[in-house]
Parts: sequence; structure tokens; C-alpha cells
Amino acid sequence: MEQSWKQAKAVFTAALGPPLVWLALFFLAPMAIVWAYSFGHNAGLTEIAISGTFANYARAIEPLYLKIFLKSAWVAGLTTGLCLVLGFPVALAITFASDKAKTWLLLLIMLPFWTNLLIRTYALIAVLRTEGYINQSLAWLWKGGSGFAALVGLQPLGDFQPLALLHNNFAVILGLVYVHLPFMVLPLYSALDRLDKSLLEASLDLGAGHMRTLFKVVVPLALPGIASGILITFIPALGAYLTPDLLGGPDSQMIANIIERQFKRANDWPFGAAMSFVLMYLTFIAIAIQALLAKRTPEAKG
Amino acid sequence: MTDKPIITFENITKRFGKMVAVDNVSLTINEGEFFSLLGPSGCGKTTLLRMLAGFETPTEGRILIDGQDISNVPPNKRPVNMVFQSYAVFPHMTVADNVAYGLVVDKVAKVERDRRVDEALELVQLGGLGHRKPDQLSGGQRQRVALARALVKRPRVLLLDEPLSALDAKLREQMRTELCTLQEKVGITFIMVTHDQDEALALASRCAVMNRGVLQQVATPSDLYEFPNSRFVADFIGSVNLFEGVLAVDEPSHAVIRSPDLPVDIFLDHGVTGARGGAVWAAIRPEKIELHKKTGDEPPNLGDCPKGTNAVAGVIKHEAYLGGQSTYEVETLTPTGGGRRIKVHRSNLTRWDQEDFKLGETVWLCWHACSPAVLLS
Repeated sequence: MEQSWKQAKAVFTAALGPPLVWLALFFLAPMAIVWAYSFGHNAGLTEIAISGTFANYARAIEPLYLKIFLKSAWVAGLTTGLCLVLGFPVALAITFASDKAKTWLLLLIMLPFWTNLLIRTYALIAVLRTEGYINQSLAWLWKGGSGFAALVGLQPLGDFQPLALLHNNFAVILGLVYVHLPFMVLPLYSALDRLDKSLLEASLDLGAGHMRTLFKVVVPLALPGIASGILITFIPALGAYLTPDLLGGPDSQMIANIIERQFKRANDWPFGAAMSFVLMYLTFIAIAIQALLAKRTPEAKG
Repeated sequence: MTDKPIITFENITKRFGKMVAVDNVSLTINEGEFFSLLGPSGCGKTTLLRMLAGFETPTEGRILIDGQDISNVPPNKRPVNMVFQSYAVFPHMTVADNVAYGLVVDKVAKVERDRRVDEALELVQLGGLGHRKPDQLSGGQRQRVALARALVKRPRVLLLDEPLSALDAKLREQMRTELCTLQEKVGITFIMVTHDQDEALALASRCAVMNRGVLQQVATPSDLYEFPNSRFVADFIGSVNLFEGVLAVDEPSHAVIRSPDLPVDIFLDHGVTGARGGAVWAAIRPEKIELHKKTGDEPPNLGDCPKGTNAVAGVIKHEAYLGGQSTYEVETLTPTGGGRRIKVHRSNLTRWDQEDFKLGETVWLCWHACSPAVLLS
């Protein structure tokens, strides 16, 4: 045996080689090809001439597409914010649950991961559609209320108008929050679980209430977890495709839907490639901002 | 120190599920005391302290502070502050912000707050380090921050949970003295939980010894050591030789304990009160046993006991030189062989020992008639 793992170069090379080759062949190379496409134009039905043009990028930041980029960022941001607000109390509750309950609660959080996204999304459609059980329940209540009004001699309520819960921005946000909540809860939980509980007791002991303890001790110390939760939720939400496609209406298109259309119906691979890379650059920017914040946190929290 | 009670535990019992952590403890702590809760781990001492701080609720009984029942008072409204075992210094705040935390909560005005924070830091000798972050401090300094943070609130009682356990030996000794000085200076009642008997004996004005949730004895350190009320206390505080036997003689002026462990009787210069027949135990501290060279068959006599008692011959089976003193284990000589091992401590009074005791040497052990403590349980 070698003295240390660092010196066992042969072992490392052997273990690292195959995955590296795999990544190079099936990840880096295709990415490079798509990247090259983004500087080309359609030369025929299936031919793409790589001419080094920036026209695709210029088109990608035209107001029409820029608006969709911004809208996607806004939807992803709102989703992330809602996930944070909903997920923080959940993570906190799991942290303070008994060991036995903790296992079950974490299992419940992860359960949706084990179900296909398509199935989950169609299930949501069943809930939200005009004849879905939310509207059916509301109709039943409405009928009851109407009957009650008639009974006490008031004007009946009239016909029930089903709520428009599907194929709009509301449905998209709801679906995205539903899908991404576990991404937020898990990093929050791991940050909160690592927190020394005697710090919370110390805060109470010094006279602080629970709210002050939460905002002056728990949240500042959980900041790294909050930051990674935000990032890990925001990035997939920004590139969400299936949820806006199935739950959204004509005005809820997100950037991934536009990109898909370029590759398929519009058969404009170079433009689709350019937009894909703009999306990727946005993701890089988000990661960079998070890294910057993480670096500054220790000093900034004076 | 007055005898005005400040804390009263009334028949406190705490159960966690089926486990009884604290079993019917009644205890009064007086104003200005440095009180210590002492016991092995899991004896319920920390639970008792946490109930006082408000982090646990008694299953039965009441806790009074200044005569007021505080059972329904949440921890943030109690006039006590705690120094946590892990110190629990907020890592994201500077030293000064840590100390000011409790004052900000109390809405103390900024000028007054800054003055009191400086004062508290000065008190624990951290003056000028207010701008530092906890990760720039040593363990000992972090503990001082925790002390300052609690003391700045001017609590009625300061609670210390194993305050010295995380410090290295040298620092621990220094902090011991400082805690004592600090308590005298601020005049606040201190209650300290510890499993370290030396710590408790050195610091406390009174100690309560606990075992398995039950209060064993409450006494001053010297009374605990010299007049333990049970085998548990005698054994837990310091080192001891216990001899089980029966009372052969019990007069007001003297008594004799006969033990199968010893070939001679144990003579006592006082009567035993409260004995109701059955087993008794004689507890003799190792440093109260003298070692003498065995030069003949005549046992040494310390002059306060009849011939043939309180002296026994033995062979040194183990020896450890500890600097200040040496410890020995001596096996008594019996006709049947396989005698009882007796622990003996001997101060190293001179640099070149005149009487050097060697492994395997046969010696006399003897003790005064006032040295054994008689235990009935």
C-alpha cells in the first residue's frame, strides 16, 4: 500500500480515467458542438454552417426574447421565494422533531423525488382543472350555501362559476413550488440540524423571545444553508420546461419552452443553441453571486 | 453570606418517559452562596440546573426563586442566567455584541449598554477584545465571554454547567481561582454543576452530592470529605478504604468495629449513633493511614487506641510516585494468605526520602482512633 491516498497516483488514474473519458465524450463534446452551432446558421434542412456569426445572440437579446428571459427569472425568483417561506418552517420543524419522527418526515419530503415528474404534473392537472376536485368541492359548498340561503329566505346564490386554476401563471408557480420545495427543505434542514442547540437556549436564557432568537440567531447562522437552498431551487426553476408546458397558458411560456420550439418546430438549431447558452450564462452568474455572498458573509455579519 | 434562601426546590421529580432523572429532591440554596451540584454523569444534576433555568419542566414539585413559584415562568423571563458547557457564544457576533445581547433585549439605552459591556469585559479580563470574533479567541477566552454575557444581566443567580470541563489542566486551575474571586467581587449566588469532585471541593461553599437522581448529602466540602453520610459519598469524594463489619462495642466514649477484611479490630474514640445492628462500614482515607518500616513483631501504637487495634502488617504491592505524594497499595498479611488491599497516600516531605518504601517490602499500617468514619449505609 502507498503511504497515503495522495501518493497512490496509479489507483487514482485508474479510478478517474473511465469517468473522465465518459464525461469528455458525452458531455463536453456535445456541449462544444451545440456551442459551435450557436455561431452558425441553417444552410439547408439538416445542414448547419458554422460561420462565426453573432446574429443568433443578437436575436436572443431582442426585446421579445429578453422579456421571456426576464419573465423566467421572475417566475423562478418568485418560486424560490415561496419555497423559502414555506420550506424554512418545515425544515425547522423537522430539526426539532424527535429522532423517530425525523426519519419519517424526511422520507415524506423525499417521497415526491421517487415519482416521475410527468405523473406528478398530470396529477396536479387532475386537481386543478375545471372538473378537478378543488372546483368540485367548491361547487358542492356553493350548492350547500345556496340551499341554506334559500332556507333562511335569502336570494339564492346563483350558478357556481368554476375558478380558473389551470393553464395560467398561477398554475405554473404552484407547480414549480410543489416540484422544487424538497430542493429547498433539504439544504435548510442540513444547515439547521448542524446548529448548536445550546445557542438557542443561550438566546432564551439572555431574555430573548422565540421570534428574536429566530431572526438574530437561527437565520444568521443558517445563512449558508439558505444561500445554497436558494441556488439549488432557482437554477432548475429557471430552466423549467415541463411544468410551464403542461400547467401554463399561452402567456406562461418560460425560456425552456421557447428553446424547445427552436429545436423542434422551428428547426432553428443555431438560434436554440444561442438561447441555451444565454440561459447557461445566467446560471453561471447566479452561482457567481452566491459564491461572492458566501465569501462575504463571515465579515459582513459583524 | 446570609442565610436568606434564594432558591428552593420542593419535592422536585423529573421523569423522561419511564426514566426518573430527578427523584423527589428538596433543596434550599442561600443568597450569596457558591453552591455546587456534584455527581457522576447521568445523576440528574444537569437536569436540576436546566429546570432552574427553565429549559426543562419538573414532572412534580415546585421551584421557588425569592419565594416566588417560577414553574410557569418561561426561561427568558427568569432572573437567572447560565454559562453553558459549550459556552454557546454566538459565532456570528463580536465579543461586545455577544455581551450586549441580553441588554439589547432588555432595551437598555446605548450609552448605558456600552458602559456595562465594557465593565463586564473588564471584570473577566477581556478589556479591549470587544471587537474580536469568537473564532479569534481561545477556549478560555470564549468561556470568559460566556461569563461576561451572563453577568452583565445582573442575574439573581448565575448557573454554571460544567464550567471548567473543556479547559486544559493548567487553565482549569487558574479559572478555578478566578471564578472564586469573581463570585466574591460580584456577590451573586453561583450554582455550579460538576462531575469533578476537586472542582467542587475547591470552589463551593456548599455541595449537594447526587446519585441516580437522588440527593445523597448536602454539606460543606470539608464535611463531605470528613463526615460522608454514605458509602457512595465517601467513595465518590476522594479516595477511600471501606471495611464492612459489625459493631462489636458501642459505648458513648468509644466503639469497636470488627471486620472480616482485617485481622485486627478498628477502634474508634467515639460512640456510634443511629446504628440498629447489622452491617456498618468503616471508611478510612488513604492519607490518614501511616506507613512504618517493619522492624519487629511489635506493632506501632499511635497512643490513642488499645494494643492490637488500628495497626496491621502488609506487603507493598503497588507503588506510584506522583510528585507531591506517593500512593501505595498494601496487601494485608493473613495466615491464610490473599489479604485485603489497602490504599495509602504519603506526602513526599523531603527531596531525599529518609524512609524509602519499596515494592514487595513488608510494612506496618496504622491510623488514629479518630480517623475512620462510620457509615451506616
